[in-house]
Amino acid sequence: MARALIHMPTEARRGEVIEVKTLISHPMETGYRRDSMGQPIPRHIISRFVCTYNGEEVFRAEFFPAIAANPFLSFFTVATETGEVRFQWTDDQGNTQTETVRITVV
Amino acid sequence: MPAHRGCAPLAILLLVLGMAVSAPGQGAEPGNAIRAEERRSGYSFLTRETQAMQDDDLANPGFLWVAEGQELWRTAAGAAGRSCADCHREAPVSMKGVAARYPAYDARAGRVITLEQRINGCRLDHQGAPALAYESQELLALTAYVGLQSRGMPVRVAIDGPARPFFEAGRAEFLMRQGQFNLSCAQCHEDHWQQRLRGLPISQGQSNAYPAYRLEWQALGSLERRLRNCNFAVRAEPYPYGAQEYVNLELFLAWRARGLPVETPGVRR
Repeated sequence: MARALIHMPTEARRGEVIEVKTLISHPMETGYRRDSMGQPIPRHIISRFVCTYNGEEVFRAEFFPAIAANPFLSFFTVATETGEVRFQWTDDQGNTQTETVRITVV
Repeated sequence: MPAHRGCAPLAILLLVLGMAVSAPGQGAEPGNAIRAEERRSGYSFLTRETQAMQDDDLANPGFLWVAEGQELWRTAAGAAGRSCADCHREAPVSMKGVAARYPAYDARAGRVITLEQRINGCRLDHQGAPALAYESQELLALTAYVGLQSRGMPVRVAIDGPARPFFEAGRAEFLMRQGQFNLSCAQCHEDHWQQRLRGLPISQGQSNAYPAYRLEWQALGSLERRLRNCNFAVRAEPYPYGAQEYVNLELFLAWRARGLPVETPGVRR
């Protein structure tokens, strides 16, 4: 779907609170605009973002038309165990993008 | 006394001449009224929130283009099947400081060219690939990636020798009144910077952050796109992309921004 940038520590101590930052390229077209011919431009936005940590959901966000293009998200979670953090964006045209980051907990 | 009376007009003449002569020393050359210590990046005119976006590379959406540029740098293109990296190796080493000295005179082209045009020249001559379109995702990405390698370095373009006529043409462009509003660049960005226009501060019109992510565009864009916006704003007809008028103006602007750090990819409102 698009290019995504994820920043989070790949190594953390057990119980440490870690910050996760994500940035994804997406037009986030509101559906309220018209093109130069007066035709409405169909809505095209990311509607949902889910972050799972070893399969368990740790953060979820719903997106709406007022959110700017190339949305940036920052949130915190607790480093519990070594494993995989998975990020998934879904837009209203049914496209999904998934990224994963390995984290080692010591 | 007659002698004194005779001197009075001469004294006035000398005073006028003195003003004219001392003015350039104070930086008051046409189009360059802003003194070095007053020179300020557009960054300083932004809200704190927008500054924070630029300060954090992970929050700056311009880095989406940088990431693509980094990929393109290593991707073979054209008939030669060569990538940028095949000749220039590691961009952080080979491209360091390059963007800070563009636009620059190119002997082969016989004119001053922008960084975008340099990249396209490389594609045509060395990769055997077609030129990338102005404002295309790929050209912006490569320009941003190359520009990033000069981040923090002072803008320093050559305006002597063969570049001089292009520089002077750029200055003339900067000072030329245009459009239905009959305004020159200088009237806003030299004479009235720091005052407000439609509730927003007028910046000095410094070019050191481009290509920049503009919130208004919701995208990364070139300096040329920004200049076209200015044309529209004074209700003038923009030149086509790549027009020498823009290249010359970019050279003049880079000289005017001399010493300011490159901020590519900057964030602007």
